[in-house]
Amino acid sequence: MSDQTQLHIDGRLVRVKAGSSVAAALRIAGGMGAARTSVTGQPRAPFCGMGVCQECRVQIDGRRRLACQTVCAEGMRVETTA
Amino acid sequence: MSGVAIDACDVLVVGAGPAGMAAAVAAAASGASVVVIDDNPAPGGQIWRDGPGASLPPAARQWREALARHANLRVRSGTRVVAAPASHELLLEDAEGATRMQWTKLILCTGARELLLPFPGWTLPGVTGAGGLQALIKAGLPVEGERIVIAGSGPLLLAAAATAKAAGAQVLCIAEQASFASVAAFGASLVRWPGKAVQALTLADANYRTASRIVAAQGTAQVESVRLRQGSREVEMACDRIACGFGLTPNTQLGQLLGCALAGPGLAVDALQATSVAGIYAAGECTGFGGSERALVQGTIAGHAAVGEAAKARAHDRERARWDAFAAQLHRRFALADDLKALPRPDTLVCRCEDVPFAALSACTGWTDAKLHRRCGMGACQGRVCGDAAQFLFGWTPPAPRPPLVPVRIETLAGLAAPGDARQ
Amino acid sequence: MDADVIVIGAGIVGAACAHALAQAGRRVCVLDARLGGATGAGMGHLVVMDDNAAELELSRHSVAQWRALAPRLGADCAYSPCGTLWIAANDEEMAEAERKQQRLGALGIESRLLGAAELARAEPALRAGLSGALEVPGDGILYAPNAARWLLAQHAALVQVEHAKVEAIEDDGTLRLADGSRRTAPQVVLANGIEATTLCPELPIRPKKGHLLITDRYPGTVRHQLVELGYVTSAHHSDGDSVAFNVQPRPTGQLLVGSSRQFDTTDLAVEAPMLARMLQRTLDYLPGLADLNAVRAWTGLRAASPDGLPLLGRHPWREKLWLAVGHEGLGVTTAPGSAHVLAALMTGATPGFDAAPYAPRGLRERA
Repeated sequence: MSDQTQLHIDGRLVRVKAGSSVAAALRIAGGMGAARTSVTGQPRAPFCGMGVCQECRVQIDGRRRLACQTVCAEGMRVETTA
Repeated sequence: MSGVAIDACDVLVVGAGPAGMAAAVAAAASGASVVVIDDNPAPGGQIWRDGPGASLPPAARQWREALARHANLRVRSGTRVVAAPASHELLLEDAEGATRMQWTKLILCTGARELLLPFPGWTLPGVTGAGGLQALIKAGLPVEGERIVIAGSGPLLLAAAATAKAAGAQVLCIAEQASFASVAAFGASLVRWPGKAVQALTLADANYRTASRIVAAQGTAQVESVRLRQGSREVEMACDRIACGFGLTPNTQLGQLLGCALAGPGLAVDALQATSVAGIYAAGECTGFGGSERALVQGTIAGHAAVGEAAKARAHDRERARWDAFAAQLHRRFALADDLKALPRPDTLVCRCEDVPFAALSACTGWTDAKLHRRCGMGACQGRVCGDAAQFLFGWTPPAPRPPLVPVRIETLAGLAAPGDARQ
Repeated sequence: MDADVIVIGAGIVGAACAHALAQAGRRVCVLDARLGGATGAGMGHLVVMDDNAAELELSRHSVAQWRALAPRLGADCAYSPCGTLWIAANDEEMAEAERKQQRLGALGIESRLLGAAELARAEPALRAGLSGALEVPGDGILYAPNAARWLLAQHAALVQVEHAKVEAIEDDGTLRLADGSRRTAPQVVLANGIEATTLCPELPIRPKKGHLLITDRYPGTVRHQLVELGYVTSAHHSDGDSVAFNVQPRPTGQLLVGSSRQFDTTDLAVEAPMLARMLQRTLDYLPGLADLNAVRAWTGLRAASPDGLPLLGRHPWREKLWLAVGHEGLGVTTAPGSAHVLAALMTGATPGFDAAPYAPRGLRERA
């Protein structure tokens, strides 16, 4: 079993250590790992790290989920609104 | 549409941190059927969060193994509690679907969340909680070579610093708002808990400063520098991340939804960890912040009590009292200074979900006014972050929670109308 | 300020009445207990309703008044002219849509029939197999709590709002407050929604509980307020619990989901089974909503009169008292129209349309 996982973030292929969260993958994908854009147009990145603040909401395989609470799976398709 | 499955157990434990694991193991030893649900990807709670960046201490591994040892104990990770649609029933949701979980006894081990107070620039990418940074690193966030400033209050700052350093980051400063006298008194008191004293020594950091607090995070699209106040002077330092948290606050929403009374900020419990509602117990940080040792012993007591083993439960009374005293020290020595209420500027956002600034809220008469007229608390976090901030800044008490307790798929809520589905 | 009128209730109806009376030059004192009522709980749908002639007259005048006010409303009132689509699920409902078009057209209210294909283009999220819809473009939506505040602020010199709870209305029309003090004015308007019966038990008003739910932000999912034509049946014909498809696109991009009706309970708790029924009905029309996240659910109590029309006018026997109550699910829609009628009656002017159908009626005999 590979110790790496490959997933897609905003159409780009990203490779992470197996067991990494999607929040970690966002950062590995580039920039400061922003997940969404705020109501007044500012980039937001994971903040509380434990599923409370909802800043890391992203679309994962068609559903809106928290990046910090979701483990990367092979072939996952993640879309940010950053 | 998949519909909602039905499942049942004798003892349902909500939360798989130290308290939940201890409660589940104690209850399972009696032979009762036990289910543990937890919203994180793996058991361990916050303090023993697993992941590619985590290094689990032996205690954490032992408890994980204990969980796996009982055939009558099932763990459902990645599972959130949405509502309590009927007596002795919780509606659960995970990535796959939803379940109506019927229980005879319930043990709430819902832990605590970080108190994240607003300050100028706190919404910039690169700013996280202190425990938040620790959690993100454990889950694989790379921080090697990054310059990190840690701020806020509590021993968690040191733990977060240690995790960051182990991951190759450079911790420039740890800014603790409590005074030197308070922290020194706390350190001195640790002689009563030698294990904690040893732990404190291993976490000691040359860049730890007391009477220090954050003033602002600065940067255009992300963190570029931080302003701190240390004593009477302000300093500015270039950095890549700011990890700021002001202690922990109990997660009591599910308990409150079920009608459990509060004692201070936590769920009220008696000597057997029973709440004010028959059949419901609570243990760990959700009864009040007190550390993992106290959570473990409270969990053990609750687990025994829930299956009717009062004598086995009470055998742990002295150990619990020992850790209650430690918790009292934590609360006393790291109490938050009033001048932290001056952290936000008028344009500092308080509600991050809806971008509501401090100036808008200071004109409101209370929580309901702020919500109905300025949208504070109407976002996805359901008022958790801004509610904590508003309580600290203005003294507003948020109202009792309503279902859904977390953002939930509409099909999960709709599924309750379907006739009874296949048993799990 | 010595008030000419005291208005009890600063919700959307009380605010509209205060605004209309101030416009007529009256000095108005508004007393609000801050209990929070239907204004903060409802959908804020501005909709022309044609179950009967009197409802049609009141709602169409009122919706037009809102349209005229719209350019001046603050941005936080979130007025949006999104229009309503009355959805026909089958031929029978399509026939009803056609009759509705006739009724509205007779009064010059613009509407347009959409066939199945055009409906699918207009609202791609709707399930396949629907027959069509009637579009009423003049309808809109509004965020009522801020609209009420806006109305109260328009005549600042003449309108004063006070946080106070009225405990009793005495025989001579004097108001006794919770703090023991008394207030008096030549005219008093009762506009406090479901609380009206605590002050006037003789009023024939029953609570009709409704559930609502709002999603996270998913902009562009739905464009119009979508209501099933069967809504009418649910609203007025049954005494039992009922649900109807009713979804509103908020300007934030959230979807606001209603609607449900339960009689005679005053328990505001969210009831999971009722919410589930309402959501099942929603998914019947918008199956794609299954995967969207709900962030909040709540309930409200509509103040319902026996015939579904509000009571607007002088109280038949209480001194100085005027009524603006019993708006059921149309309080926001009909607030300006109700205020227009009531203010006219109170100042001796002639209302712009016949006020007779709304005259206070059905009050229980005094002891």
